[in-house]
Amino acid sequence: MSAKRAWRPIAIAAAWTLATVTPAFAQVDFSGGWGARLHEDNLERGGGPEMNEFEGLPINAADRMRGDSWSASLWTVPEHQCIPHPADYGPNFSQLVMWKDVDAVTKDVVAWHTELSWMNPVRTIWMDGRPHPPAWAPHTWQGFSTGKWEGDMLTVETTHLKPAYIRRNGLARSEKATVREHFIRNGDILTIVTIVTDPVYLTEPYIKSRNFQLDPGYRMTPYPCSVDVEIDRPAGEIPHYLPGANPFISEAAAKHKMPLDPARGGAETMYPEYMERMKTMPTATMPAQPAASGGAR
Amino acid sequence: MKRSVGIVGVIALASVTGVLAQATPPPARADGVGAVHVWPVQRNIYALFGPGGNITVSIGDEGVLVVDTMTADAALDVIAAIKTISNKPIRWIINTHSHPDHTGGNATVAKSGVYVATGNTRGGGGASILSFESALMRLNGSAESPDKAPEAGWPTDSFFVKQKDMFFNGEPVLTMHVPNAHTDGDAIVFFRRSDVIAAGDVFTPDRYPMIDAKEGGSINGIIAGLNLLIELAVPEFNEEGGTMIVPGHGRICDESDVGDYRDMVTIVRDRVQDLIAKKMTLEQVKAARPTFDYDGVYASPTYTGDMFVEAVYRSLTAATPAQRSQSR
Repeated sequence: MSAKRAWRPIAIAAAWTLATVTPAFAQVDFSGGWGARLHEDNLERGGGPEMNEFEGLPINAADRMRGDSWSASLWTVPEHQCIPHPADYGPNFSQLVMWKDVDAVTKDVVAWHTELSWMNPVRTIWMDGRPHPPAWAPHTWQGFSTGKWEGDMLTVETTHLKPAYIRRNGLARSEKATVREHFIRNGDILTIVTIVTDPVYLTEPYIKSRNFQLDPGYRMTPYPCSVDVEIDRPAGEIPHYLPGANPFISEAAAKHKMPLDPARGGAETMYPEYMERMKTMPTATMPAQPAASGGAR
Repeated sequence: MKRSVGIVGVIALASVTGVLAQATPPPARADGVGAVHVWPVQRNIYALFGPGGNITVSIGDEGVLVVDTMTADAALDVIAAIKTISNKPIRWIINTHSHPDHTGGNATVAKSGVYVATGNTRGGGGASILSFESALMRLNGSAESPDKAPEAGWPTDSFFVKQKDMFFNGEPVLTMHVPNAHTDGDAIVFFRRSDVIAAGDVFTPDRYPMIDAKEGGSINGIIAGLNLLIELAVPEFNEEGGTMIVPGHGRICDESDVGDYRDMVTIVRDRVQDLIAKKMTLEQVKAARPTFDYDGVYASPTYTGDMFVEAVYRSLTAATPAQRSQSR
């Protein structure tokens, strides 16, 4: 066999491969059920944080005041009872299902969807290059999201979020906030990195990551929410603490035998070097027993 | 056979594409004319955004009904923008109050429309204009007000009771008076089948509420108006969607947005009331910065937190006991 003839089957095989193989678009498939691994940031899952526990968050003084005036009784107000976690908070602990819309003709992925188990919020991440809506469009708990591939990583930009919270104890996240996420799949592990930028209440971006384990047998359970008035309070009354009247500000810090300063939050409390400073601070003292109303309005 | 397979294939492809088209809303668009932008709210209701207050538009077989008319300068763009969504004549204008950023276009927009006879027939002219009685009195000058408008922009119909009902474009349209809120002539308009409420300046989610005390506005009237919106609104799922609300200024909202805003207004009112109870002067109350935690969201150079605090303070210190309990 001549050298030329010897190369012929290889060339044919190469041509066949090029003609038939699926082009590599670096798109990872996230479809399926994902179980939350629940190994990071205990404060953001389960029962959630205690009141006035603000450590590890880059909040400013205005957000600290929001947190200090917040009363947990706000959740009893009908308009607050069925609020789901917003897109930037939900992945903290919920099970996750993802699926995609595929254009029937081009086979392009038009959109990714996520659904979380807590309250079943469904979210759409548009992949078709559409612009974000104008300023006057409605805001939603999940916001308006667009995605693009950066190598194997799906990067998502979200705007038009409703005003919500950065932590479940009254620390606000404004509707002017934007969120960037990175969806990264490594085998059966999905990592979602969330970066929240809020010009109103954060002094620097708040970055967190969450891991999920592929769970092919997972079935989303329904989570209907019914509004029920269980506390008969005067019409128009909104539970909150007046400035200086919240008796629980040092309670969480004292309970955990830590100084009060870190529990007040701020960007510096996010970084490891702050732990050295904490060692020089006095431990917080438990507040005096509050009145039955706790000082709340 | 080959042909039939091809036809079946085309039909199948079209069906699948159709399903996809249903599941995939059209790209967000920002249509409009000049500085006036059109946004579909839901069913036959649209909102117009531009100079001055927001406009809510009902379109249908009977014609066009508009809630508010923006500024006089924007009127021609308003008319042109409405023509992009309906070729029917404008029949009705409803004013949510008398301020010129909401009524400035009355004369021009009305003139472009067509008169529908009501109980009090009048000769010729364009669209009818409805407002609460005190708003009419401010626009026609029978009550002293900077809002006085040229005669062509005066309301042709008014009401002085709690609610004025009509049926237009296949749905009940309820115009409801909100006493002593932004002014003493406020009305909200509830499109009951479309499930949309035009709130006027009782609800302005992009800024602190403006209390026009000279025209009868009050902080507790604002809170009562916000609570009325919450009473009327029903969310679809997870405290979202369902009844949609077009505010006087700012973006399209739903019940949760009104609730969030109502919470802020109530909390600031409570803080100022507490400081007044401690015998603080206006300057001392301002120095306590009771809006500090909300200024980043709602304050602007033209209407600062201090200005809102002063309006609340004056409203509460001027209020009668009955007005103090109005928000309940």
